This record gives sequence, structure tokens and C-alpha cells, in this order.
Amino acid sequence: MHRQRGLTDEQVVEMYRYMLLARKLDERLWLLNRAGKIPFTISCQGQEGIQVGAAFALDREKDWICPYYRDLALVLAFGQTVRDNMLAAFAKAEDPNSGGRQMPGHYGDTRYRILSGSSPVTTQVLHAVGIAYAGKLEQKDFVVLTSCGEGSSNQGDWHEACNFAGVHQLPVVFMVENNQYAISVPLEKQVAGENIAARANGYGFPGIQVDGNDPLAVYQAVKEAVDRARSGNGPTLIEAITYRLLPHSSDDDDRSYRSNEEVEMAKKKDGLLVFRNYLLENKLWTEQQDQELLAQIMEEINEATAYAEAAPHPNPTDLYKHVYV
Amino acid sequence: MPMMSYIDAVTTALREEMERDERVFILGEDVGKRGGVFRATAGLYEQFGEARVLDTPLTESAIVGVAIGAAAYGMRPVAEIQFADFIFPATNQIISEAAKLYYRSNGTWKCPLVIRAPYGGGVHGALYHSQSVEKIFAGVPGLQIVMPSTPYDVKGLLKSAIRSDNPILFFEHKRCYRLIKDEVPQEDYTIPIGKADLKREGSDVTVITYGLPVHLTLEAAKDLEKEGISTHVLDLRTLVPLDREAVVEAAVKTGKVLVIHEDNKTGGFGGEVVATIAEEALFDLDAPIQRLCGPDVPAMPYNPILEKEFMLNKDKIANAIRELAEF
Repeated sequence: MHRQRGLTDEQVVEMYRYMLLARKLDERLWLLNRAGKIPFTISCQGQEGIQVGAAFALDREKDWICPYYRDLALVLAFGQTVRDNMLAAFAKAEDPNSGGRQMPGHYGDTRYRILSGSSPVTTQVLHAVGIAYAGKLEQKDFVVLTSCGEGSSNQGDWHEACNFAGVHQLPVVFMVENNQYAISVPLEKQVAGENIAARANGYGFPGIQVDGNDPLAVYQAVKEAVDRARSGNGPTLIEAITYRLLPHSSDDDDRSYRSNEEVEMAKKKDGLLVFRNYLLENKLWTEQQDQELLAQIMEEINEATAYAEAAPHPNPTDLYKHVYV
Repeated sequence: MPMMSYIDAVTTALREEMERDERVFILGEDVGKRGGVFRATAGLYEQFGEARVLDTPLTESAIVGVAIGAAAYGMRPVAEIQFADFIFPATNQIISEAAKLYYRSNGTWKCPLVIRAPYGGGVHGALYHSQSVEKIFAGVPGLQIVMPSTPYDVKGLLKSAIRSDNPILFFEHKRCYRLIKDEVPQEDYTIPIGKADLKREGSDVTVITYGLPVHLTLEAAKDLEKEGISTHVLDLRTLVPLDREAVVEAAVKTGKVLVIHEDNKTGGFGGEVVATIAEEALFDLDAPIQRLCGPDVPAMPYNPILEKEFMLNKDKIANAIRELAEF
């Protein structure tokens, strides 16, 4: 199936590696939070397949991303390391995202064309349009992918960005990672109309709904969107449907607004498990290889945890740096 | 040197910077074919084409947000907000994004962005085409605020703003657009951001102001001279960064200080100027510092009597200077 979509056996194994890496790193961040080592974490769990599928559909040498706070797997696939993210989690000086200034999950990295983001949601969607416009002015052929949650798709900036990109036929992929909840508020109280993808009609470009638990389906949808964008045919909206497996953040308690049964049901469709089974069933992967990979990943995470915990804090006087250029 | 109006100085600076640097482009409402509702971008669409003089959809947050993205990429966008009163939909982009991008990325992402906006009253613009909005942004580190009063300063400061790597709010008093003319050199020059300008030497009262009231104060000072009152006038030109040295020097010069702006009194930038003087020059003062400002009403009404009551003028300023001189 993946070969029909243009992915090699090696590529799908690599996709799985990034998904597992993100999951295990995410789990460690929760552990560190519960152990009182880091004050905050926010999770990508359940959404790794969307993010890795999208990353592999982009040209990771020249395309740009304007991600949101759940995109751990996306930024890993774009070049950031476990250590980079552990440094951010411990808010250390060497954190490449912000030098320890921002909360974890606020990605930004000039090395990989990952634009720095903030906490007010959806502001980055307009920035993505601006980067795409700059590329058009300079006659470059890169594509910009920007992502956000389904709750964020209600923001004015999201609408303004889609409309602007539609008017100017800009090479932007708008990806909504629909995980069913905006903190505690479920989809049906967030989004009117048929679905989010259908909103694209109003902006004059295609809107595609895709199963976010299937990284291959996401890959194909984003690949088509990227090809369309790169060939000058404008933006695409992709709504990738999944489920947020954990509370909104380490400060949230989801038991107050959704049932355990609902969460357990969703876990059975967890994209990571589904994809792993796909690899096993198609003889691309063995249990033994899985154990070896897991051991390798845990070693990398252990090393990064120790490194980041021991890494120096910023100096107090660093507070005053970089206000103005 | 040719005489040039304030608005022609805006257009000239934009044109020269667009000729000098291909990364400079303009975006805003009606800036293209129409050349701007005030005609600030007249002729630029014809000269540089629609891609670099971009008519955007009617969306202020997008104008600023798209400009931030382009600036982060490495372009030098000049965004026009048609009236300063309409900047508020873009406030989140300005305060949460433009002001903080460089800081939050630990100095790795820059935001070389200029946002131009006409502000101020006295043009029958009523509540929503007359406001001064500088106080909303003056307390937001990461932003710089430039508010020139003369065509000479407009050209030099707008060029500096466009060449700067910082996000800059460039507020143009719309009453000055066609009212104020002076000699502007044809050659390229810049004026450093953050330097106030001493407009007039005097010995009795110091006025510290910016924008349209600079001209009203200079007129008042001329009249008061006949009464034997000598006025020292400092034009801040840039609010952020504030030229604290020039403020203190001007205050010490006469020991009697009047701070003037059209923005409302409460929370207005004058309070910051007064505090600076109080911190650094209190014992050099001979009278309590005074402020003459827009009144603390929500905005400027349409009715001409009410508009006049709100606006500053030569007489109000002369009276305030006279009272301080007599203290």
C-alpha cells in the first residue's frame, strides 16, 4: 500500500521510527513532570502519524513549517533532536528554540526553517502565508505547511490567513489536526457546519478530510497538497482526524470532561499501534527489530535527559538580551 | 532644496527605499491601484508593480501577520494600516508576535517590519478616524515608536525605520499630511531613531512634545516672545526608545516643563516623560511639571464644536505656557 503511494520500505520504517521516538520522548516528558523535574509539558500523543506523514510529504531540505504546540513528531522529523527538545523541557540556555525563554512545545529553529511560535493560538497561520508570499516575491519554489488544532480553526486569524492565501494562490498547506477537544470543549461545541475541511470551499481551494491515525493516508493527502502548491496551484486545507489520547497539558485533568471508556476506545485506534501492526503484517518489521529500536530510543532519551538536566541555566543578565536587534 | 509636504515625504522615502532594496514591499488596504486613501503610496504601484505594492483583503490582522511572516523570512515589509483607529484587530499580532519574536527566539528570528498608520484629529474624522493610539503600544518592549512632525524628519526617519531590523510603529499625524511643508533634501539621508530634536532655544519654559503639537507650540512660542516669554521646544520624534538625555537636558534648561500630546492624558506617554524628569532632575525644577493633553473622554466627536474642544490649538498651548511662566 505504501509503495502505491510512492514510499519505499525504508521510508515507512523511518516514519515509524520518528513516531515511536516522539511517543517515547513525550512519555518521558510526562514522567519528568510528574517527578517534579519540569514544571510543564504538553502532548503530541495520538497525533504522531499526522505529523510524520506530513513531514515526509514535504521537502525537508527547503520547505518551511509554522507548527503548533503539539507538533513534537513534526519538528523531530524536520531535524530537531531529542536533546534539543529536552533542553527546551528543562528551559536551559542551550535550548535552540528559545534559550529557555518559552514553555516547552513552542518550537522555533532557524536551522530547519521552523518559525518560532507563541501561545495565542493561530497567529502562526498568518505568518505561514507571509513566508509563502515572500517566497513568491523571490520566485522560490518552497512550500509552507502550518498546523493547528480544530479549536484554533475558529480564530479570525485562521480565516484571514486562508482567505489571503486563497486570493493570492499561495503555496501553503493548512493542516488542522482535529483531535476532538479544545482543552475540554468537544468538537460539536467548537465547529459548526459539516466539517472543517468543508470550510475550504469558502476560500476557493480544496479541503480534504483524512484519517489522522493512518500516516500513509496523511502522507498522500499532504503530498498532493504540496505538489499542488509547488506547481503554483495554490493552497490546500487538510483536516486530519484523530483523538487526543492525553489531557490537554500536564496541568489539565481530562476526567472532568470525558469518560475513561471513550479514551480507552480511542487508544485501540492509536496510529502508532496501527502503523506498527501494518509494518509487522507486511513483513517490513519484526518484534525483535522493534525491541532493538526501542532500546536505542530509550538510550537516546536517557542521554538527552541527563545532558539537559545538567546543562547550565541562562545567566540572570540574559533576561535583558535580545529585546532589540 | 525642494519644498515638500509631509505626505510627499512619506511617498519619497518609500519610493527611494524600494528602489534601493528589492526586499522592501508595501501591503495594506487600497495602497495599490488607488495609491492609498491619503495618497501616501501614489505612483508606487505603477513603478514597482502589484506584487510589491500589494492591495490586501480588508483584514488588519492579516496585513500585520502576513508582514511578520515575510519579515521573519528576510523581507522588509512596510504595512499600512489605513487609520490608526483600525490597528486594534492587529494588536495581537503586534504585541504577541512582532514585539516578541526576536526575544522569544533568543535572538535567532528577526522581525524587520514597519507599520505605518495615520493618527490624530482635527480633520472631521470623528471617533474612529481621529484617535492617537501610541499609549497602547508604548509600554510594550520589543516595539519602537516613531512619530515625526516634519517632512524632513519623515523622510529621514522612515528610511531608518525601513532599514532597521526591529519592528517599528511609524505614526503619521494626518493633519500634518498637507498642512506641513518644509525643505527636504533630494539626496539620501537618514535620521537616527531615538534622537529628539531641539526645535527652539528658550529660557523661561520648556515644552516637550511630538507630532502636530510641535507646530502649534512653535506658533504659540512666536506670539509669547512678544510678551517677553521665551520658550524652549523639544520634539521627541521617537517615543520608544525615548531620548532621556535630551528630555532631562531640556527640562533642566528652564526648570519649568510643560508636556504636550494629543493622546488622552491618563496613561498617555507624557506620564513617562514626566516620570523621567522627576527621577533625574527633580531638584532642578522651579515649578510643578504640567501636562496639556487630549481630555480623558473615549474619543473625538464629529460635531465641530466638540472636536475643537478636544483638539489642542495655539491658544490653549500659549495659555498653558503663560501660566507656567508666571508660576
